[in-house]
Amino acid sequence: MEMTANATEAAFHRKRADMRRFGMWLFLGSEVMFFTGFFAAYIVIRSASAGSIVQPLNKALGTLNTVILITSSFTMALAVLASKKGDRKGLVNWMGLTWILGVVFLCVKGVEYAQHFSEGIYPSTDIFHAFYFLFTGFHALHVIAGLVVMGVLWFRARRGDFNETYNDPIEMMGLYWHFVDLVWIFLYPALYLL
Amino acid sequence: MSEQTISGTTAEAPHAGGGGHHHPQPTSFFRRYVWSYDHKVVGKQYLITSLCFMLLGGGLAMLLRWQIAYPFVPVPFIGHWLKGMFFFGNNGAITPEGYLELGAMHGLVMIFFVVIPLIVGGFGNFLIPLHIGAEDVSFPMLNALSYWLYAAASVPMLLSFFVDKGAAAAGWTNYPPLSDIAGASPSSLGLTLVLVAIYLAGFSSILGGVNFLVTIAKLRAPGMTWGRLPLLTWAQFITAVFQCLATPMLAAGASMLIFDRVFHTSFFLPSGLMVGGAAAANSGGGYPLLWQHIFWFYAHPAVYILILPTMGIASEILTTFSRKPVFGYKAMVISLASIMGLGFIVWGHHMFVSGMNPMLGMAFMVSTIFIALPSGVKVFNWLGTLWGGNIRFDSPMLFALGFISMFIIGGLSGIFMASTPADIYLHDTYYIIAHFHYIVFGATIFAVFGGISFWFPKFFGRMMNEPLAKLHWLLTLVFFNLTFFPMHFLGEAGHMRRLATSTDYEFLNSLAGLNVFITWSAYYLGLSQLIFVFNFFHSMFYGKKATENPWQGNTLEWTLPSPVPYYNFDVPPVVYRGPYEYSSEEAGDKDWISQSTPPVPGMTPAKH
Repeated sequence: MEMTANATEAAFHRKRADMRRFGMWLFLGSEVMFFTGFFAAYIVIRSASAGSIVQPLNKALGTLNTVILITSSFTMALAVLASKKGDRKGLVNWMGLTWILGVVFLCVKGVEYAQHFSEGIYPSTDIFHAFYFLFTGFHALHVIAGLVVMGVLWFRARRGDFNETYNDPIEMMGLYWHFVDLVWIFLYPALYLL
Repeated sequence: MSEQTISGTTAEAPHAGGGGHHHPQPTSFFRRYVWSYDHKVVGKQYLITSLCFMLLGGGLAMLLRWQIAYPFVPVPFIGHWLKGMFFFGNNGAITPEGYLELGAMHGLVMIFFVVIPLIVGGFGNFLIPLHIGAEDVSFPMLNALSYWLYAAASVPMLLSFFVDKGAAAAGWTNYPPLSDIAGASPSSLGLTLVLVAIYLAGFSSILGGVNFLVTIAKLRAPGMTWGRLPLLTWAQFITAVFQCLATPMLAAGASMLIFDRVFHTSFFLPSGLMVGGAAAANSGGGYPLLWQHIFWFYAHPAVYILILPTMGIASEILTTFSRKPVFGYKAMVISLASIMGLGFIVWGHHMFVSGMNPMLGMAFMVSTIFIALPSGVKVFNWLGTLWGGNIRFDSPMLFALGFISMFIIGGLSGIFMASTPADIYLHDTYYIIAHFHYIVFGATIFAVFGGISFWFPKFFGRMMNEPLAKLHWLLTLVFFNLTFFPMHFLGEAGHMRRLATSTDYEFLNSLAGLNVFITWSAYYLGLSQLIFVFNFFHSMFYGKKATENPWQGNTLEWTLPSPVPYYNFDVPPVVYRGPYEYSSEEAGDKDWISQSTPPVPGMTPAKH
């Protein structure tokens, strides 16, 4: 009796994880289209403008943030791995570290924004900074949304909600976090380097 | 460990669709009718909310028509009560600014708050799980969330009517610079609020699309192969692809427009722009045309979101009331899919006179005319379905026949609009108004009326009043054509759309009589809809009790009691044949056989 209940339970988790995984990929597909809109506009305006619209940004802080975010993607991957092994301590530690790195990323971004504002640079200053604030602003909103959900998942992980058979919320979190990282990997060269 | 798993997950997901976890129907009013996870309740919420907004959108159109027929004459009754408020000047007549507001808001309300939520949210939510034999959609909570996001979106939209300078007044397309700079268009905060509303409605639409795609892909009952899927569910699947991939583009564009309006950036404003005789304060460096590309990249696929699901509704009704299988099931599915594929590469046909590169216009013209192919396939297949059928003229069928007829007229005028040389003349005239109302009202709304009458037994457990439904059909068909057909003539005579003061142009004077005729036809059209409103609510409570399968349909929803019970299927159904096996040998003395009826030994289920 106990065995069949567990087997049904496991089948239920598999089915639901399968649906969630597909749903998450579709959602990320729509997210890709959202940022594609911005990139398309950026490409059109940059290539159609008579002179260069590019203005210098703080490359050091931008590069630092790139390193932070890529590292957080790595720690997130380790958290997902730990959750699949049912390693609760590893999951809590790696996801906690990812969360801290996400917060550090936002702090660095805040320092950059503060620098711009102190120099009198706002979104309305010129078209380049309009794009800069648009891109980084919406990216930061995605980071914040991710951190909120990750915070909830962290408490649930500490409580012991996840194990070898039931861990798809962590996997979904991982997919989303890698997506946010990926967007930055496109933003960084497009705004800071090129 | 396993103990923990069970308690942890049940607490987390009390009602996951298709997982086999049965929970009793909630008893509290709030969980049953307000924050409900039941796809049928969510579908009805969408249905009734969007029908209410249809009254609002229709009312705006009635006022609009008054101004065109009787420019600057005080509006009887309403203008008197609302002097100096909303769209009315101090004498009770509509102001030019008020007129622009009426036009923009009529379009925005009808598209984002009526048609999309009605045919996708309403029909899709209610019917997809029933059609595929599932308990619910994949993500029931997300479903409730998407309805409430839509409801939340209506708050800024409705609020915008009450703020200083009124709601959006830059056309439903919100072209910059008009929509972009405070002072360029009559509205100020109202337009920003409407953009926020579109944003929320779009997010709701994306979540709904994700949910439908996962549901149809993952929760089909055993035996419900892709080739046995009812065409309405196919149409919803293809529409959901549009919702997932095109709507985010609108969100991107609207974000940039909101940035321009709130943070004074210049994404859509060129350098050196003059507004009201003075240089604009914005830095410039952007392109107004960019908005048009981004907007139509979404809004053209959105046009197909407005029609594809109703093509599915029409297919269901036509086959059921012809007592024949759908002619060319595969061709129907392929044409739906090719309309989607082509739908992504035709947006430029809205921009032939925008100053876009003429070479691009040529490419967009060709891709657009290609859409006539799959559309033609669909029309011929509908006619093929009717051909030689044992046709029953019940009200759903009358509306479906109206759908095809109006779709043909609207489709043919579309070919003129698609051809660049003709469009340069016809662009932004009443010809385009006639064209898209033939599609969105003549086709889509006709199919909606047909669909409501067809599935009313499943929605509310009762039948609609048939004589009233037929009267509603007749009056709607007559007054619809009297309203919109003459608009082709207006357009050919050069009558511009979005024009509050047609009397200012001498060459339009001869059309004044026609405009009065159209306005009165529109009023009778509007009044005819009251029959539907009465029939809808009266039948909901006092209609004849419906049997399980009043129209002798084959698809799975007709195997269920009317109204459908909380968990849909007591026993998960097994599907043995296609959805349209009318008049097949297998059925014996009946002319229909349900998809889930086990096959008779010695007879193979038909293959269509």
